[in-house]
Amino acid sequence: MHILDAVDAANLRTDIPAFRAGDTVKVHVNIIEGSRSRVQVFQGVVIRLSGEGIRETFTVRKVSFQVGVERIFPLHSPVIDHIEVVTRGDVRRAKLYYLRDLRGKKAKIKEKRDNH
Amino acid sequence: MSTANKTSKGLLGTKLGMTQVWDENNKLIPVTVIEITPNVVTQIRTAEVDGYSAVQIAAGQIDPRKVTKPAAGHFDKAGVTPRRHLTEVRTADAADYTLGQELTAEGVFEAGQLVDVVGTSKGKGTAGVMKRHNFKGVSASHGSHRNHRKPGSIGASSTPSRVFKGMRMAGRMGAERVTVMNLKVQAIDAEKGLILVKGAVPGARGRLVFVRTAVKGA
Repeated sequence: MHILDAVDAANLRTDIPAFRAGDTVKVHVNIIEGSRSRVQVFQGVVIRLSGEGIRETFTVRKVSFQVGVERIFPLHSPVIDHIEVVTRGDVRRAKLYYLRDLRGKKAKIKEKRDNH
Repeated sequence: MSTANKTSKGLLGTKLGMTQVWDENNKLIPVTVIEITPNVVTQIRTAEVDGYSAVQIAAGQIDPRKVTKPAAGHFDKAGVTPRRHLTEVRTADAADYTLGQELTAEGVFEAGQLVDVVGTSKGKGTAGVMKRHNFKGVSASHGSHRNHRKPGSIGASSTPSRVFKGMRMAGRMGAERVTVMNLKVQAIDAEKGLILVKGAVPGARGRLVFVRTAVKGA
């Protein structure tokens, strides 16, 4: 699909920070209610990055009132106001589906230590 | 309404492939990108001479050595270099066009309008009835044996003692002319000569498609 890269380039965002699965992020989402617009924050662990180019998406999982909530965002979506990386996680896989089966302390991800 | 007093516009283009864009409401829209290099008018059909009113348009590059003498003469008459593909658009306002006139995407279509796209679907070769006609096949179990994808009965016995014409069976599938109607033009890139049409259009990437104003759409 390289032939369409020029078409996609117009919609690609360059202001997205680099993050990977295991990182905790705050996604600031633009919400339009009628004529009013506000920003809502969705904070959680990135459990998956999927696709590439304009189709790239990421999934953020959080546990809200003991219920797991996952939200999939297109990485280049204009709905996203900005993304904040809160912590870098120390994980050994690219897809963290195992978190769905864990709860409490076991579902905690170690923070990555930067000792070079 | 008969075609005699209906105006429509159309252009030949190349399907480049599919991608996605966001619209003004931040909704994700799947689009097919069609490249339209400027088409030229090669002939104008009039009711007096030809019995109907239409514009003949041409598009696509061709090696001049491959153009037959009759075709070369036809293009010469219009005062244009030979093109690969020719087609006609039936329209009542054919007299408004001039021979050799260049037609571009942004001159003919506008964002938001509905179009029909005609193309040749991907060939599937010999296909069974389940793939070709969406038959349900035969049960996976309950004593079924080696007939899971078969059509079942194709008719009665001694009356009529034959299979009716048009009975849907296995055979060649695809590679036929397909029209998809009422697709919305999402955007037009005048600079690159691209139009973005919402949804899928027939055929493989790189194949010829004909885009025209919707004949049935509102």
